[in-house]
Amino acid sequence: MLVTGFLGSGKTTLLSRLLGRPELGETAVIVNELGEVAIDHHLLRRVDERTVLLANGCLCCTLRGDLADELRDLLSRRTRGEIPPFRRVVVETTGLADPAPVLNTLLAEPVVKHHFEPGPVIATVDAVNGLGQLDREPETVKQVVVADRLVVTKTDVAEPDAVAALEERLRALNPAAEVLEVSFGETDPALLLAPGARDPRDLPAYGAPAHDGIHPFVLFLDRPVDWTAFGIWLTMLLGSRGEDVLRVKGLLDVGAEGPVVLNGVQHVVHPPEHLDAWPDDDRRSRLVFIARGIGKEEVEASLAAFAFLPGEP
Amino acid sequence: MCALCGVLLTSHWAERGSGRRDRVLRVRLLNRVLGHFGLELGDWGGRVYMLRDRKGKTAVVDDLGSLWTAAEALAGRPLDPLDPALVAALRRG
Repeated sequence: MLVTGFLGSGKTTLLSRLLGRPELGETAVIVNELGEVAIDHHLLRRVDERTVLLANGCLCCTLRGDLADELRDLLSRRTRGEIPPFRRVVVETTGLADPAPVLNTLLAEPVVKHHFEPGPVIATVDAVNGLGQLDREPETVKQVVVADRLVVTKTDVAEPDAVAALEERLRALNPAAEVLEVSFGETDPALLLAPGARDPRDLPAYGAPAHDGIHPFVLFLDRPVDWTAFGIWLTMLLGSRGEDVLRVKGLLDVGAEGPVVLNGVQHVVHPPEHLDAWPDDDRRSRLVFIARGIGKEEVEASLAAFAFLPGEP
Repeated sequence: MCALCGVLLTSHWAERGSGRRDRVLRVRLLNRVLGHFGLELGDWGGRVYMLRDRKGKTAVVDDLGSLWTAAEALAGRPLDPLDPALVAALRRG
């Protein structure tokens, strides 16, 4: 589980409360900074952010060497019996961190990816200062877009209108994420940890950019796509426009009994998961895109041309 | 880890779990796209791909992740799947 959020947005308060709950037992915690709110936990580790920039210079494809070292060390110490067993690791990023390299480390580092499976990304947004931070701080926008759950904090001290305006902005910016309200870090861990995402069929049709050219949209496809052709299309799209495809997420009908779950952040794509069955009777592919400077119509036309390429000569 | 060459064998997300038949199909589909940019792809022993341009310049690529960077370098221009000319060409078949 990855907890991100801008400085002072309540990450540590949320985490402290969560770690006191029995559902979060057998959890190790990795933090970048020891903040004003102390975390009292027996498996707390601190790392200094250290990134390894790869040859192509792309930021989201960097490896967080500090995180990989710490996760490998946790594994080996658990094996030697030097620390209590753990089933989950919570990583709390700094307020200014880009979550994409953390995800890339979990999915690409050869040892880490065989021992850890990425959990949900949770971003905290301060109900009092959140709207201003979204306008001023690009890190906040990135954290919101990458999140699976958006936790609006400090709702007890914010005006109800301000909370409503912030939540509307968050839903417009990341229609794939669920928005939860929290005060004093009190929340139900089951809501934060539950798999799955907001159903794109519930989403309104977004027409205008939600923020500085960032344009979320949903695509529905009425017939199955060829998985091989889809893979070619998406790798090509991420190869040329990956820095502007901030998020792609959804369910894909590949003609099998159940759908394929797709989840990507810029160039970083989770291993697709094949489900045994669809969640309901609607078997249409549904893909949420959050992109910068890329329109729904051009993506739709391109995907249609690629995904329905005849597979046989 | 491959015992013979000592390299870490990693599988790209778009190719994971696919077999020989999928690989043949992938090369065929890729060539319909790459042909638009004057490039051709071949399968080399089911392990790597060989990319070549019309002047005979070649590049060896491991998977779909590294293919597009190499293809862009050989073609000398961006390979954008949203390019209306490419989309129209694919629709024409």
